[in-house]
Amino acid sequence: MTDTARNPDSKAKAMKRLKKRRAADGRFRFYGLSAILTALGALAVLVITIGSQALSAATYHVVNYDITLDPAVIAPEGAGRPEDIGRNVEGFYGLVRDNLLETFPEAAEDRASRREVADFVTRLAVLPTAQMVAKQPELVGTRITLTAPLNDDLDLYLKGQGVRERKLDVGAIASIKGEAEGGYRVTGAGAFDAVVAAMAVAAADLPADAPEPSVLLTAGPSTGRLTEISAGSAHLELLTGKIRDFARLQSKARLIVALESERTISDQQIAWTLALKDMDRIDRVPRTTLLTNSDSTYPELAGGLAAIVGSLLTMLITALVAMPIGILAAVYLEEFAPKNRVTEFIEVNINNLAAVPSIVFGLLGAALYINFLGMPRSAPLVGGLVLALMTFPVVIIASRAALKAVPPSVRSGALAVGASQMQTVFHHVVPLAAPGILTGAILGMARALGESAPLLLIGMVAFVGDVPRSPTDESTVMPVLIFSWSNNAERAWEPLTSAMIIVLLAFLLLMNGLVVFLRRKYERRW
Amino acid sequence: MDTSQGNPMMDDGLTLQRTKDGGPRIDCRNIKVFYGQAEAIHDVSMSFPDRAVTALIGPSGCGKSTFLRCLNRMNDTIENCRVEGKILMDGEDINDADVDPVLLRSRVGMVFQKPNPFPKSIYDNIAYGPRIHGLANGREDLDAIVEKSLRRAGLWDEVKDRLSAPGTGLSGGQQQRLCIARAIAVQPEVILMDEPCSALDPIATARIEELIDELRNRYCIVIVTHSMQQAARVSQRTAFFHLGNLVEMGDTGQIFTNPREKRTEDYITGRFG
Ligand SMILES: Nc1ncnc2c1ncn2[C@@H]1O[C@H](COP(=O)(O)OP(=O)(O)O)[C@@H](O)[C@H]1O
Ligand SMILES: [Mg+2]
Repeated sequence: MTDTARNPDSKAKAMKRLKKRRAADGRFRFYGLSAILTALGALAVLVITIGSQALSAATYHVVNYDITLDPAVIAPEGAGRPEDIGRNVEGFYGLVRDNLLETFPEAAEDRASRREVADFVTRLAVLPTAQMVAKQPELVGTRITLTAPLNDDLDLYLKGQGVRERKLDVGAIASIKGEAEGGYRVTGAGAFDAVVAAMAVAAADLPADAPEPSVLLTAGPSTGRLTEISAGSAHLELLTGKIRDFARLQSKARLIVALESERTISDQQIAWTLALKDMDRIDRVPRTTLLTNSDSTYPELAGGLAAIVGSLLTMLITALVAMPIGILAAVYLEEFAPKNRVTEFIEVNINNLAAVPSIVFGLLGAALYINFLGMPRSAPLVGGLVLALMTFPVVIIASRAALKAVPPSVRSGALAVGASQMQTVFHHVVPLAAPGILTGAILGMARALGESAPLLLIGMVAFVGDVPRSPTDESTVMPVLIFSWSNNAERAWEPLTSAMIIVLLAFLLLMNGLVVFLRRKYERRW
Repeated sequence: MDTSQGNPMMDDGLTLQRTKDGGPRIDCRNIKVFYGQAEAIHDVSMSFPDRAVTALIGPSGCGKSTFLRCLNRMNDTIENCRVEGKILMDGEDINDADVDPVLLRSRVGMVFQKPNPFPKSIYDNIAYGPRIHGLANGREDLDAIVEKSLRRAGLWDEVKDRLSAPGTGLSGGQQQRLCIARAIAVQPEVILMDEPCSALDPIATARIEELIDELRNRYCIVIVTHSMQQAARVSQRTAFFHLGNLVEMGDTGQIFTNPREKRTEDYITGRFG
């Protein structure tokens, strides 16, 4: 102060320095904040994209079929035992198909239509009902409602994610002439103005020689295809339902730009789906099967149960192997081992081991466990051992850090009252380090839970339809299931993959939550 | 021993032996301590009488703690630390191969510079030692040991209602008395204290000093301190260390009023330190 008083120049300099310092502080804060915001933004984008995808897979459409459990079909002569009923997929599926043909008599006309209507429901989708009836044989002969998931493409269509369409208003229809065979002529003053306009817009985006897009006209449960559309009249070819519905009920038109030949669902199937929906036979329900079903080649039946159980079994093996070995090795190295060349060498190699790419462990596992020791392929036992190899260096490093953090005064305190080295370590040091050790171990396990590459190499990528019952059963794990599903071509797998990712993330969050909980509960100050 | 004959320090020990019944509790002969190649203690011989407080004073880094740690073989736990010489406790060399350092430490308790109670309850802090040494027959016996130790450490009245509270929740002075009680609980014969008051406020320090004075009637106490007033207040014998050498040792009164060595005088009059 006296300095500045004597020298006014130095006061100005000090102010300048202060300004500079404050500017530097501000810049640093800005960099820090923008780094955090960037990270948070990336996380938000990830969660939103995966979450919104997954949300569409969280529910799906199921169709109700009122069927009579005809004993002649369900439990024919010589196959009436409960286990036969439970296996009688063909019989139940036949009843469902008959129900559809009854609802849509026009489907019975030719083979192609019969196949199209049969596409509505996958054969295997009746299995849960068959097994339920097997458990309650008294149901045979009664009338029940069988619920089966809708075909995945139609499900996506109803969710507005598959085939895109534009819904268009149609004016009052004044007259309908003609008959079923040749189609009908529907007329009404300016009834199709909106349709004509929309088609003009659509045509502008298409090449000149592109075929006409489909236009469907729906009234209640009835749907037909429109052609030769002009402002006041169009040709209607009935796909399903009754022609008089169009006179009676308000009609709606749908413009589907994607060509029928390039879609996975036909106009006819759309018509039937709309009819079932109008009959209130389609419900949108939560897809609990994602957690209760095992993998399937049909997306509407596929679930992650086998992979979840596989992951849990694998983690169990990993935990049983990596945690004791890792923790005991850390305790020995940190508390007992003499500090010399050999332990230094071991230490360096453990650090190196933690940095080895996980796929290398997969190769090692395949060579050692499967080829040399003859353990079963694709089994959680081998997967767990491979992941244990990968995890235990992490456990060692984390545990050693936790042991190092225990203040030496605790050790000398125990030694001074005459505790042996062993008693000091196990009565005082390890309990104090336990939260840190467990944190490290669980984080290592969480990393292992999300690992897929090494497991691909030991064959855990095989299609597994059954829930593994023991660590030696064929199995897969969640990340590998996600990998397999994301490789599937059909569009329906995309939201399903996202949903499975969310399930995996939920498990990881659970483990990290456990870490936070253990920290809070057992972390002690000294 | 031939070498000890000409050593004036040993004479001191011998005088002591004549005046006190039972003789010196601990007798150190030609102690050298090395950290790797560096010699931290140079050929020190001295003895510690029973039922008396001996203070080790000297400037920081002169080897007081190092020497103190020889007495319960805590130096064994320090990597690359080596001790040479004989330390006789009741005539037995504590560095003998057949002496178990763990048992030795139950006979020679230690209190550290910074209070270091275990992060456990007050009760468990005291009970831990007796438990691992099997000193108590059953719960009641253990309770009695805990109470007796806490009473001796002058802490009983302050903590008797919260024995299950964590020891780390006590004040610094109480923690240090807890550590003293913990040392007492295993029934040691010797108690080593390494600057036990340096982390405490004056009131807590006074309390500990009082306690040391009471404990003197039962134990052989060796205390390292950097406070000469403290040494003068609590000890009967004082040893002055400098640069790893024992410069002078004698009755506390004599050291402070009539030091024989110039270096001792310089130190206690504050000319260096
Ligand atoms: N663990 C150790 N490793 C190496 N040198 C040490 C160690 N502890 C103490 N020393 C050295 O030994 C000498 C004496 O230290 P110390 O006994 O702590 O002194 P004081 O307690 O009198 O302050 C010092 O020079 C110190 O640097
Ligand atoms: Mg010291």
